[in-house]
Amino acid sequence: MSDYVTLREPYAARRQQSDADFLGMYVFLATEAMLFGALMCLTFMYRAEHPQASALAARQMQLWIGAANTGILLTSSLFVALGVQAAREGGRRMTAGMLGAAMALGVLFLALKGAEYGLDYKDGLMPVVGHPSPVREGPAGLFIDLYFIATALHALHMAIGLAVLGTTAALVLRGAKQLPQQAVVVEMSGLYWHFVDVVWVFLFPLFYLARG
Amino acid sequence: MNAPPLQTREERVSYLGAGHSLRSWLLTTDHKRIAILYLVAITIFFAIAAVGAALIRLQLMSPAGEILSHEGYNRAFTLHGVVMVWFFLIPSIPNTFGNFLIPLMIGAKDLAFPRLNLASWYIFVIGGIVTLYALIAGGVDTGWTFYTPLSTMFANGHVLAVITGITIAGFSSILTGLNFIVTVHKLRAPGMTWGRLPLFVWSHYATSVILVLATPVLAMTLVLLGAERALHLGVFDPTIGGDPLLFQHLFWFYSHPAVYIMILPAMGVVSELVTAGARKRVFGYWFVACASLAIAGVGFLVWGHHMFVSGQSPYAGAIFSFLSLAVAVPSAVKVYNWTATLYKGEVVLDPPLLYGMAFVGLFTIGGLSGLMLALLAIDEHVHDTYFVVAHFHYIMVGGAVSGFLGAAHFWWPKITGRMYPLVWGRISAGLIFLGFNLTFFPQYLLGYLGMPRRYPTYPPQFQALNVLSSAGASVLFVAYVLPLAYFTWSLRNGRAAGPNPWDASGLEWTTPSPPPKHNFDETPVVDRPAYDYPLTRAAPDE
Amino acid sequence: MNPFFQAWPPEASLHAVRVDQLFVAFTVLTVALTAPVFVLMGGFALYYRRGRDVDRTRAPRGNWRLETAWTIIPFLLALVFFGWAGWLFFGQDRPPADALTIDVVAKQWMWKFEHPGGQREIDELHVPAGEPVRLVMTSQDVIHSLFLPALRLKQDVLPGRYTSLWFKADLPGVYALRCSQFCGFDHSVMAGRFVVMTPADYSRWLQQAGTDGSLAWQGFQRFRALGCSGCHGPASTRRAPKLEGVFGHPVALDDGRVVTADEQYVRDSILYPAREVAAGYAPIMPTFAGQVSETDLLELVAYLKSIGTAPAQEPAP
Repeated sequence: MSDYVTLREPYAARRQQSDADFLGMYVFLATEAMLFGALMCLTFMYRAEHPQASALAARQMQLWIGAANTGILLTSSLFVALGVQAAREGGRRMTAGMLGAAMALGVLFLALKGAEYGLDYKDGLMPVVGHPSPVREGPAGLFIDLYFIATALHALHMAIGLAVLGTTAALVLRGAKQLPQQAVVVEMSGLYWHFVDVVWVFLFPLFYLARG
Repeated sequence: MNAPPLQTREERVSYLGAGHSLRSWLLTTDHKRIAILYLVAITIFFAIAAVGAALIRLQLMSPAGEILSHEGYNRAFTLHGVVMVWFFLIPSIPNTFGNFLIPLMIGAKDLAFPRLNLASWYIFVIGGIVTLYALIAGGVDTGWTFYTPLSTMFANGHVLAVITGITIAGFSSILTGLNFIVTVHKLRAPGMTWGRLPLFVWSHYATSVILVLATPVLAMTLVLLGAERALHLGVFDPTIGGDPLLFQHLFWFYSHPAVYIMILPAMGVVSELVTAGARKRVFGYWFVACASLAIAGVGFLVWGHHMFVSGQSPYAGAIFSFLSLAVAVPSAVKVYNWTATLYKGEVVLDPPLLYGMAFVGLFTIGGLSGLMLALLAIDEHVHDTYFVVAHFHYIMVGGAVSGFLGAAHFWWPKITGRMYPLVWGRISAGLIFLGFNLTFFPQYLLGYLGMPRRYPTYPPQFQALNVLSSAGASVLFVAYVLPLAYFTWSLRNGRAAGPNPWDASGLEWTTPSPPPKHNFDETPVVDRPAYDYPLTRAAPDE
Repeated sequence: MNPFFQAWPPEASLHAVRVDQLFVAFTVLTVALTAPVFVLMGGFALYYRRGRDVDRTRAPRGNWRLETAWTIIPFLLALVFFGWAGWLFFGQDRPPADALTIDVVAKQWMWKFEHPGGQREIDELHVPAGEPVRLVMTSQDVIHSLFLPALRLKQDVLPGRYTSLWFKADLPGVYALRCSQFCGFDHSVMAGRFVVMTPADYSRWLQQAGTDGSLAWQGFQRFRALGCSGCHGPASTRRAPKLEGVFGHPVALDDGRVVTADEQYVRDSILYPAREVAAGYAPIMPTFAGQVSETDLLELVAYLKSIGTAPAQEPAP
């Protein structure tokens, strides 16, 4: 029995505790799926009701930034998967390195997103601020608003994901979490990051690829 | 023996005696103390929402309604609905009795994530404070349903603050559900298989599934509502292609399952009250257990029955009508099974069983009126009238609150180690049954006669029934204050209850009353089915 | 109507009578299914009280046949009522083609009714008995709901959309008309009288009520005043669809869809012309949002309906 792992109240066995942690993360991700799912269903319905306006709105979006971000995020998930593998094998520095690489890509994603929002602002696509472009009239503006809500919410989750990965990487590097005994911490952080990635994989075609 | 609180030996060594400072309560991770923290919070919220109800019933004593202005009345019923739904009914049984009992019932030392449990309480309280601020600062007049475009473009008042408070409280719900699901899956004692779980646990499991899947949809709905109101985004604005009906779909997609969040825990309580009251195994254990899951599942498919006359397609209406009739079936199964449980039992008419029977009577009446509402042609007449108000109060108050009080009368001795005077418990149960019917049965008639809901003034021919209803409300008021009085009295003057004053089965009754901080000195090993009557262990003397 | 107490809402139509029958029958079924619960629960609780010397041997733990029976049989019985109620409900879905159309505009906090002949009413609706009446309704602000308890009918009234309700009132009399979707401050006083008259009385009432001309005629005036004939008229040089014979018929759109030119289509074409463009035409129609009220729109709809089958000519005032 390892003395690295502290058994929290009320657990009686390590396996029980890590099983519970995993299940808890899966349930949490299910709630996030319902949150984003509701928004996606709504958007889907609007696309079906206003196909031309949606296509017009989608054509205003920065498709190449969106595509690049998709590639960046998928690659970051690859690094996270590699990090989880390294954690299972007990490689402290490798794990932290992989997570760090994933974080770097995540930061790049957010930077590109920020630049994209800047371009959107210049084009007059943003609600409330800036000089509204004529495209914002009617259902097209509605579609653009949904795009902003969805991507802003996703960016918020990305930021949280960065914090989670960063904390995990730091804990692993410092030795506060021993590998491979406490690899579950890395696995759970990885799960969260993968989920944020999957959300983007749905958001990208829903909004950017609606160009008609 | 009349001893002041925490003077008996049992209490000193129990979870109640483990630390007396405020810090030890506010930073506790003990699920039992957190349950009491929740109990205090929801009692305060119930009192606030009850003030709203009192204002409503006072106003409706006369057709011209002189107590409140129209604006004031609209704010009163909104306060009543918002606080009752999100700050009393949804947390009431799960966060007090669920928190306290689930680990005890499954043989665990605590919930899966004790610190998350404490965080849930703080999040709940913060949500409540934000909402109360909004209500005190002037209130909101949209109704608890926030229909657009009234709430987005026309309502004055602190809509944003209220929906922020509700969203915050929603996170608390989600975390509670998450905690319960993981606890039931992973922390059952050896031998406690799914088939040996008390039905209380099954109900809370089903409730938790709804909590985690439905509440996020509410969060998204309120975010969109707030965005539209604050930033004029127009998701529900028809002039730019938005659809106010989409708000209703999103809102009811959560809010219909939410009503099952409110009733399933009470049903779980009733299973315990009836089996203990009859000293007999429940009739059809698996039917009742699966009925909870069926209610949770099918409950996600019926939201459109709130929208039959909204402009929704009548074909969609027909599908929702059919499914709404289907969702009543598992509830009926439970009612029949509880009745059959009493057959050849050994019945003792103590307060817990009386509350259980009150639940069955009132819930059945309410459920039947729900079937009526599910029929398209009838709903076309009684939708948005007092018929609906009567229906949901029969379920929420006649059902859920009776379940809550029944749970209180059953597990009070376990939670506090003190017994209350049974005669007063029986009187309360009777008063509630009578007062409740007097308050709400006339409302069925008012609804069919054509009195719409949310009316501060009404045509004079409706006065007689309204006065009856208000009279009943004053009886109900007494019936709710009574338990508060004798429970408080019992803390100081009640006799020590002993581990199992009801001779009931269940792991919680094998611990001392009140239980020690860690629940069990040794993890119990379970080798008997649930409701294993007659108990083979000799019940200790009181 | 007795001002002190009402025992049952009046039945002003055959539909109302049928709904009441359904309600009473269903009440009987529900009582039959649950009276046993009350009786047995109370009975068992007393008969099997602890201390009573009764037979408690072989207490059943379950009986899946019994459970299946009391699950399936009540459900099947309920389905019979589902069918009955659905039949009644759907009977109210499609109005007869010759129904008298009355336009309704709801706003905070009053009801405006307009008869085809242009007669206007506020918070009062006069209809002839024995004839099908169709209400075409919209709201100027929030969601309202028109509730006619004597007919056992209601329908939500939405902004930006037309909803409709049809009925045939049979019993002349004065009945209640109420708003039943919470709409703010004066929701409870957004009410009035629903007056059902014999056809002869109704004709007399129509003649006495003031009118600025039939709805279709007023719509035609509006059509000219807004300059619609500049593009849609016969002498126009602009390419715009001719509007004769359009109403009620399918229209092919430029994205390939085919829609029916109903009230909603007309309204949306005037307010948001770029949303659904007729096939073969350029999207050059300007929007009239802000220049037309809901009442104007309903008049224009009435005009277009009037030229829906007949060749273009000035409608009768």
